[in-house]
Amino acid sequence: MENQNTYNYKVVRQFAVMTVIWGIVGMLVGVIIAAQLVWPQLNFDMPWLSYGRLRPLHTNAVIFAFGGSALFATSYYAVQRTCQVRLFSDRLAAFTFWGWTVIILLAAITLPLGLTSGKEYAELEWPIDILIAVVWVSYAVVFFGTIVKRQVKHIYVANWFFGAFIITVAVLHIVNSAALPVGLFKSYSVYAGTIDAMVQWWYGHNAVGFFLTAGFLGIMYYFIPKQVGAPIYSYRLSVVHFWALISTYMWAGPHHLQFTALPDWAQSLGMIFSLILIAPSWGGMINGIMTLSGAWHKLRSDPILKFLIVSLSFYGMSTFEGPMMSIKTVNALSHYTDWTIGHVHSGALGWVGLVSIGAIYFLIPKVFGKSEMYSTRLIETHFWVATIGIVLYIVAMWIAGVMQGLMWRAVNDDGTLTYSFVEALNAMYPYYIVRLLGGLLYLSGMFIMAYNVWKTIAGSKPAADAIPQTA
Amino acid sequence: MSTGLSIFVIVFTLANIVGCYFLIRWSGQKRQGEAAEGQVTGHTWDGDLQEYNNPLPRWWLWLFYITIIFSLVYLVFYPGAGNFQGVLGWSQEQRYNDEIKAANADYGPIFAAYSKQSIQDLAKDKKAMQAGQRLFLNYCATCHGSDARGAKGFPNLSDTDWLYGGSPDAIKTSILNGRNGIMPPMGAALGGAGIDEVTAYVMTLSGREADPNFAEAGKQRFQILCASCHGQDAKGNPALGAANLTDDIWLHGRSRGAIVETITKGRTGVMPPHRDFLGEDKAHLLAAYVYSLSNK
Repeated sequence: MENQNTYNYKVVRQFAVMTVIWGIVGMLVGVIIAAQLVWPQLNFDMPWLSYGRLRPLHTNAVIFAFGGSALFATSYYAVQRTCQVRLFSDRLAAFTFWGWTVIILLAAITLPLGLTSGKEYAELEWPIDILIAVVWVSYAVVFFGTIVKRQVKHIYVANWFFGAFIITVAVLHIVNSAALPVGLFKSYSVYAGTIDAMVQWWYGHNAVGFFLTAGFLGIMYYFIPKQVGAPIYSYRLSVVHFWALISTYMWAGPHHLQFTALPDWAQSLGMIFSLILIAPSWGGMINGIMTLSGAWHKLRSDPILKFLIVSLSFYGMSTFEGPMMSIKTVNALSHYTDWTIGHVHSGALGWVGLVSIGAIYFLIPKVFGKSEMYSTRLIETHFWVATIGIVLYIVAMWIAGVMQGLMWRAVNDDGTLTYSFVEALNAMYPYYIVRLLGGLLYLSGMFIMAYNVWKTIAGSKPAADAIPQTA
Repeated sequence: MSTGLSIFVIVFTLANIVGCYFLIRWSGQKRQGEAAEGQVTGHTWDGDLQEYNNPLPRWWLWLFYITIIFSLVYLVFYPGAGNFQGVLGWSQEQRYNDEIKAANADYGPIFAAYSKQSIQDLAKDKKAMQAGQRLFLNYCATCHGSDARGAKGFPNLSDTDWLYGGSPDAIKTSILNGRNGIMPPMGAALGGAGIDEVTAYVMTLSGREADPNFAEAGKQRFQILCASCHGQDAKGNPALGAANLTDDIWLHGRSRGAIVETITKGRTGVMPPHRDFLGEDKAHLLAAYVYSLSNK
């Protein structure tokens, strides 16, 4: 196994399989809390099953367990192959897998117990935060160590994105999680008031920008040209959109705090940098989709390509929708409504989910020594089930969100509000049911995937591809 | 913000925006020895990964330029560049104040007209009560419930039992100034046996069954420790917001356990003041609506 003439696929296999498992777990919790919004009694009056505790479990599980595992698997695979060298350290790579797994298990225990730092997408308490920092720095060492000892001169574009994602997430996590512990399970943020809110959303939005965007663009840049079998559309475009994306994303966080105690100037900067972000975001979409130019017919027969390309359309859609929602006038309507939830899920289910699933379908046979997945028809089925699920989900949330916003601001002739809060809530039931249905479809797609993956890898021998030697 | 920080913000903001422009210009330049447009750059990774040297799509470039120009113009008109307020002098605080002013100008006369009528008259005016109910649903229902029947710790406003009095003026005063109800904890003063005895006595006050010996002992203690607020006859005192204990209406729970808890740990009730928030005219109409609930 420690043969320097082969690629390290063991850690790729581990993370690839866990992507599917954590995907099912995280999405199942999502479906449960979607059902709780329709039938609140589904918390069975147990604090551990209450919405407020399961919701962070859902977000952490899908972002960091499902998305994180997909990123580890794909980045470890792509960086070795595009650098033509085995991972920098097998032991450190193994440590990142087991460390990450322990973190996820700790999250699954502490969050239902109600142990939380109260920061969105950074709820885990300080001992777990420290473990995350250690695992993440190890990840950086393995990744950049591999880059350093590469056998090819140039660094492939996918690795720029993976690299930016790894460095930035380390900085974001460490700065935002800075806290004073008062016990093993309780700490207080070192920031106070509005500054705490700003640091939180600087972290929160860049978690979207770097964890859920830059990292997955890395996946896109390796797996789409591989699956299409054609060169990336434009090298120049990748240079411009990479630098523009990583520099402007950093400023966009304040758009989460429009019309709050945050000073006006910071709110404005959050808005204009979100708008400037449209073109750099779309650069990635163009580069991916145009790579298919001249080979569009492949979309008809190749469901893996369908996953990858449709993920980019959802990416393009959400990265246009997001800047629009950051405009103060639009935000005045959309903020605090389910529109935001719809927006997040068109990005999460549509972009992050589909591109990860496509990449894992590509990866699984390769690292388990098979020529292809057990069933292409099941991949096709998965694609349609998932896509219909996403459409149901986001359309329901768009309608629900805009309706909420309009109902909250509607006034009578005498200036009194037309609807009380509970009336607006009542109007949400049909859409919450449609959302639940969409989530159920997406989750069933994951079960189809799990079956397909299991049939593919059952009885397989681990693959160990030889590293080609350059003269 | 200090001048130094303001300059820092301006410099970094502009550097990033203008930097995007130069990045585009820089990458558009031809370099020596580079591949022709439409050809691959010549680098290959992992066997077959290559890149075309295609130019930036023109429509995409325009999109980029438009957002950059929009942003720079926005920073001229609106706050964003450090301490510079923008030539429009816009602020969210000003916008809020303007909206409040406009709303008061539009709707103020409606409520001013209502406030000229007495609360008793308003309570019989169907149209006024519809407006009052809308106010109630938005400002009061969160605690008192949309049917005004309250919840544990939040008084029922549709019955005839009043902690601070049910006269039109008393209701209006409660809304305008708020109320702070405090039942002090008596656990330490009474001790374990004392709590049981007073609990038994309090239960008999509203005709419920309790150990007669306990109740008799509790009565003595009640007269010493509780009567100063709740009165010798336990019928309460609206001046203090002390509850009437003889009517079998329980704000914090009717069960024996709830009564023990109330006596031992005390209770705090806060009705927030609405004078600054709603103004006198709306409070007048709201008082009439609340009054109408128990004076059909």
